[in-house]
Amino acid sequence: MRVIKFLLRKEFKQIFRNKAMLPIIFVMPVVQLLILVNAATFEIKNIDLAILDRDHSPASRQLTNKLLSMGYYRLRARVASLKEGQLLMDQNKIDLLLQFPPGFAAGLQRDDRATVMLDISAIDGSAASIIYYYTNTIILDFNTGIMQRWHNLPEQPGLPLTVESRFWYNEELDYKNYITPGLVVILVTMVGMFLTAMNVVREKEIGTIEQLNVTPITKTQFIVSKLLPFWIIGMFEMAFGLGVGKLIFDFPVVGSVPLLFAFAAIYLVVVLALGLLISTVTHTQQQAMLVSWFFVVIFILMSGLFTAVENMPEWAQKITAFNPVTYFMQLIRMVLLKGSQLQHVARHFLVISAMAVVSISLAVFTYRKRS
Amino acid sequence: MKELAVFIKKEFRHIFRDGRTLLILFGLPVAQVFLFGYAITNEVKDATITVWDQSHDVMSRKLVTKILATDYFKLAGVAENYADISNGFRSGRHMLALVIPPDFARKFQQHEAQVQLLLDASDPNMANLLANYASGIIANFTRQELRYAPSNQIVTEVRMTYNPELKGVFLFVPGVITVILMIVSTLLTSIALTREKELGTMEILLVSPLRPGIIVIGKVLPYLLLSFLNAILILGLGFTVFQMPMAGSMPLLVLELILFIIAALSIGIFISTKTASQQVAMMISLFALMLPTILLSGFIFPIDSMPWPLQWLSNIMPAKFFIIIVKGIMLQGVGLEVLWRETLVILAFILVFTVASIKNFTIRLA
Amino acid sequence: MDEQSVIEARDFTKKFGSFTAVDSISFTVAKGEIFGFLGANGAGKTTAMKMLTGLLTPTSGQARVAGFDVWHEADKIKRNIGYMSQKFSLYNDLTVVENMTLFGGIYGMSMPEIKDKAAQVIDKLAIKSFKDRLVASLPLGFKQKLAFSVAIFHRPQIVFLDEPTGGVDPVTRRQFWEMIYAAAENGITPFVTTHYMDEAEYCHRVSVMVEGKIMALDTPAALKARYDCKNMGEVFLKLARNPG
Repeated sequence: MRVIKFLLRKEFKQIFRNKAMLPIIFVMPVVQLLILVNAATFEIKNIDLAILDRDHSPASRQLTNKLLSMGYYRLRARVASLKEGQLLMDQNKIDLLLQFPPGFAAGLQRDDRATVMLDISAIDGSAASIIYYYTNTIILDFNTGIMQRWHNLPEQPGLPLTVESRFWYNEELDYKNYITPGLVVILVTMVGMFLTAMNVVREKEIGTIEQLNVTPITKTQFIVSKLLPFWIIGMFEMAFGLGVGKLIFDFPVVGSVPLLFAFAAIYLVVVLALGLLISTVTHTQQQAMLVSWFFVVIFILMSGLFTAVENMPEWAQKITAFNPVTYFMQLIRMVLLKGSQLQHVARHFLVISAMAVVSISLAVFTYRKRS
Repeated sequence: MKELAVFIKKEFRHIFRDGRTLLILFGLPVAQVFLFGYAITNEVKDATITVWDQSHDVMSRKLVTKILATDYFKLAGVAENYADISNGFRSGRHMLALVIPPDFARKFQQHEAQVQLLLDASDPNMANLLANYASGIIANFTRQELRYAPSNQIVTEVRMTYNPELKGVFLFVPGVITVILMIVSTLLTSIALTREKELGTMEILLVSPLRPGIIVIGKVLPYLLLSFLNAILILGLGFTVFQMPMAGSMPLLVLELILFIIAALSIGIFISTKTASQQVAMMISLFALMLPTILLSGFIFPIDSMPWPLQWLSNIMPAKFFIIIVKGIMLQGVGLEVLWRETLVILAFILVFTVASIKNFTIRLA
Repeated sequence: MDEQSVIEARDFTKKFGSFTAVDSISFTVAKGEIFGFLGANGAGKTTAMKMLTGLLTPTSGQARVAGFDVWHEADKIKRNIGYMSQKFSLYNDLTVVENMTLFGGIYGMSMPEIKDKAAQVIDKLAIKSFKDRLVASLPLGFKQKLAFSVAIFHRPQIVFLDEPTGGVDPVTRRQFWEMIYAAAENGITPFVTTHYMDEAEYCHRVSVMVEGKIMALDTPAALKARYDCKNMGEVFLKLARNPG
């Protein structure tokens, strides 16, 4: 125990003497949260629109006005030819080109049949389908209205079945409530993994590791002294990130904060042990950084931060079962936003504890004082 | 010139001997492209639903069957009260709940039935999507039961330009290329140069008869090649596995690729003239460069939806312009007549960082 | 092992694949003698030393260090030795006193003991004004002397010095060897690898390694007599040119 105390004192002194550390611990979380929370949105606020009206009828003008009155369509241009419209789309100036062919209004009146054409820029496929969904709904709506007026139909009787949707835990559907805790998880993971991964390999590069290896310190003492400082920093980062996030974005905290930190405590062991593992199998800081970068990227992409794990194909879901970040990502939202209690998240605790045991054993097993 | 060849050969050997690093440099983009191509999707499939059916009559069963018949929803147990539903939400057992009131069939006949959809909005995007899907299915059900299908007079003909099958990977391949080029060209270059400084070998090179400019070129040339190979690999995957189109000119794309790599390299060189230790170089590259590149370049999140300060900030990300260029050439099939402005911006980045690096370099020597 | 020997190696061997770095060497080192381990770069000195200190596992052969077996009692050996490698191995980002406290603590010294000893060392090296400065800011000569002081801080039975005077000016080398003598008089056995032949003259006994084998082992005087040379440099060249 005494030896560990000496080693810990050394680690802390070194960590805080490194000039890059303080910005990483204090500035990065704030900047990340500020930028990321605002940047990370798939929401479509504006649809840039061009109109090619070959009909010039009251009906085509009415539909155009209806679209523009919705607020999120921005009319960029009225074009005279398809070619002109296509050029605007090629220049990324518009997302949507709406065409009224000649005889649109006449067709409606004469045959009850008319066509409008939508050209949507579909490089971003999911945005394109949302644009289509919005626009089509408005056109259908317009259709119903105009038909009722022209044919002098009575107002439709009420539908036999109505649906009432209720959004629990986040009535306003505020995306920030969802993304902020997720980003805190990413922050803690990145800081923990990078710092531990770089630490041991740095002593290797400088040569001080050899000096430690000829001393009688045991593997356990060494590993504890390498992990504990970053565990403490990680826990602090977690509290700091949540605190800053709460201050700036004011997400709700429904569940038990101690439960959340209990999980974080185990989770950090997993992340740090993985970082240590990377550090022991690499030879240079450059390698260590690349390997951790690789894992962090894959872990984050598959964690369900931006896209739900439930939507992934079966095989991908099986992989995520081994991704520690997925569990923390789910748990932090469950506890903070839904108020889940221990009995609801018992499985998460079991899995992460098992992962902690495995990863720590691997780290201890791989680290060798003697080659 | 002969010295330069020898010197470049040394650098190549240095990089290509490190198998682990190479494996990661080529493995990471491949893994990313596959993940984006297959795993990461916003399409709803098998969303877990629970049903609290208080009627248990023909009509309610018909509705439930109708909902479960789609690919979107998968039954995850039945509920008997709100507590069941809430517990299920809290343990993540289901994502939405359908509550059917008592006496459903009779109320339906009297046009006063109402069902409740309860959604776990801790994931608001998902909740919104699910609510839309479920309401759509229920509306369809209603129309069928009425045997009254009001036909639409206006037919919308939609054409999904550039990407008719709405493949997500079309959007991500240009982004993955950009990020990888930044990693190899900027991050690794800045670290490699700083490392020579740290180890003191830079001074040895500087006192050699080689001109400083030649030394730097020799150091970054292998990374240029590595970046280029990487980009070709990702493009190849895009073409073969995901059938990405090549609507525009291939030579132009190659030219733009090289331009961007040079821009990224010049940033890497600039960082290395400003830092003394590998760790600092890494931190700057990683947090000041990589994160913004990924977030503010339009790679994953649309720039148009961001608040104006971030939109403004995105204009100093070379990656943003390169992504526009790659999408333009590959998907939209446009050429320099449209992309001249973006190309000029990248040239400007090269100019600014090269001049700044040379300035720093000479100051240090003097 | 007789009472007086602190290192005893028999048929000690290390192979890396098909390359034999250390080829069946045997020798003993007596307590208190300054033992020089000579050889050109790549002769196997550092490898042999790393096996003796428990940094490398031998391929075959036996060795006892400070009375313990290198195969099974590496941890006990480590309690009883000090080590200073050719790479500078103190922590640059810790101060002089912090480095001493760390290594003293690792070897189980108590806080008062550490303070006492640190004061002595600082006094002896006359680096009082440096004691709270980061090691990185010290001149190289001071660093080397400090590294040696830290290596014997916990009063080990043996101190292994791997090319300790590389890159140091002659005056500091002189002072460094005075420190080695002082340690030997205090009962610490210095085991020194070097390729400075004038330093070999300072040792009580030297062994000369060529291509993994010990070609000669005796006092400097005896070696010079046997090979009819004026100094150890000539002895070394003779041995290295005509191995076997």
